[in-house]
Amino acid sequence: MKFFIDLANSMRAGIEGMGASATTAEIILTAITTLAVVIFILLHVVVLLLAERRLSAMFQLRLGPNRLGPLGIGQVIADVVKTLGKEDIIPAGADKFVFKLASTTLFATALLAWAVIPFGNGMIIQDLNIGIFYFIAIGSTATISVVMGGWASNNKYALIGGMRGVAQMISYEIPMVFSLLGVVMLTGSMKMSDIVAAQENMWFIIPQFIAFFIYYVAATAEINRAPFDLPEGEQELVAGYFIEYSGIRWALFMMAEYANMVAVSAIAVTMFLGGWNAPFGLTFIPGIVWFLIKLYLMLFTFFWVRWTFPRLRVDHLMHFGWKFMIPVSLANIVVTGIGIYVYRMITG
Amino acid sequence: MLTSYAGVVVVLIIGFIFPGILLGISRILQASHRNPTPVKLQTYECGLETQGETWVQFKISYFMYALVFVAFDVETIFLYPWAIKFQSLGLFAIVEMFIFIAILVIGFWYAWKEGALEWM
Repeated sequence: MKFFIDLANSMRAGIEGMGASATTAEIILTAITTLAVVIFILLHVVVLLLAERRLSAMFQLRLGPNRLGPLGIGQVIADVVKTLGKEDIIPAGADKFVFKLASTTLFATALLAWAVIPFGNGMIIQDLNIGIFYFIAIGSTATISVVMGGWASNNKYALIGGMRGVAQMISYEIPMVFSLLGVVMLTGSMKMSDIVAAQENMWFIIPQFIAFFIYYVAATAEINRAPFDLPEGEQELVAGYFIEYSGIRWALFMMAEYANMVAVSAIAVTMFLGGWNAPFGLTFIPGIVWFLIKLYLMLFTFFWVRWTFPRLRVDHLMHFGWKFMIPVSLANIVVTGIGIYVYRMITG
Repeated sequence: MLTSYAGVVVVLIIGFIFPGILLGISRILQASHRNPTPVKLQTYECGLETQGETWVQFKISYFMYALVFVAFDVETIFLYPWAIKFQSLGLFAIVEMFIFIAILVIGFWYAWKEGALEWM
C-alpha cells in the first residue's frame, strides 16, 4: 500500500520538478490515477465475466468455458478480441445521436462513481468532503443513460426495458440512500476516509446490520442484477434496453454494468465492512489486500444471489421496494438516532 | 476545494475519452468486414418484421411512484446535512428528526391509502 502512495508522491515531485504548478501537478496526477482505475475496472470486467460464467456453471453442475487455456483463462482474450472486431450495427430506425451517446454516457457515469472509492489509506482519486453523497448523486444519473438507450433504439423491447429500468432504479434508490444515512449518522462525516477511519474498532455492519441488508438488496436492484434484472430479462425482453447494441457498444454497456457492480460492492465494503481496515488485528497484510478480499467476497455473493433466486414479477418488485424497504429503512434511521442518543447519554 | 472538483472533471473527461478510444480501435478492426445491408439494419424483434410504431404514447403504470419519489428524494437531500450534525446537536436533533420524518410518513401513508403505490 505504501508503495503506491510513494509512487504517487514521487510522480507529483517529478511533475513539479518539470516546472508545473502544484495545481497542474495535482490534475495530471488525478488523470494518471484515473487511468489506473480504468485499467483496474477493465481487468475486473474481463475476469469477472469469465468468473461469473465459471461460477454459474458450477452452481448448475455444468462445466462452463474450459477449453481455452488452463481453467478457460484464454476465454478472456477471445472475448475482448471478439467484441472489438464485431460489426457495429446501428438500426436504420434508431435516433442515431442519442443511440451513440447512451453507451458512452453510461460508461462515463460508471467511471465517475469510482472517483470516491478508497482502495486503501490515501488511495482514492478524490477524497471529496461529500464523498458518499457524491456517489449517490452520480449513481442515480445512470438511470438517464438507461432510458436514453431504451428510447433511442426504436425497439419495443428496448423501450419497455428502459421504462422498467427507470421505475426500478428510482424506487430502490430511496432505500439505498436511507440505508447509507445510518452510517453517516454514526460517523458524522460524508468523507470516505473519515468513514473508514471510524470503523477501526468496529465495522458498521454490527450496529447497522439491517441497513446493510437494505443496502445490499437495493444495490442489487440499482445495478439491474438478478433477481431484479427485469429491465434486461433475457427470457422476456431478450436484453432489454441494450437489445439493439452490438459489438463494442454492447461491450461498453456490459463494462458499465460490471463497473457499477464492483463499485456498489466497494461502497458496501467501505461503508459497512471496514474498508481497508484489517480484522482481528491482522495488520501485517496491507490494507489494499484486505479491501480486495472483502470486495471479492461481496462480488461472490452477487453471483451467488443471481444464480440462486428466480426473477421477481414487476408489480411484486415495486411493492417490495415501496411497501417494505422504504418503511424499514425509515425505521432504521429513527432507531439509529435514538440508539446513538441513548448511547451518548450512558457514556456521557 | 476547487482542485478536488477539478479532479472530478478530469475523471469525467477520461470517462468520455476512453470509450472514444475503444470505439476508434473497433472502427479500425471492423473496417475490413463492415457491410451494413438493409435487412441487417432492421429493428430486431423475434425475427419477424416489426409491426407498427415504437414511439407511441403508452401507459407506464408508475406515474404516481415517480411523484412520490420526487418528495422522498428532496427529503434525502435535507437528511444528509442533518445526519452530519446529528451528534453535536443532541436532543434538539432527535426531536427535529421525529417531526421531519413524521411529516414524511404521514404523506407516505396518505399516498399508500390513496392507492398511489399500487401497480395499475
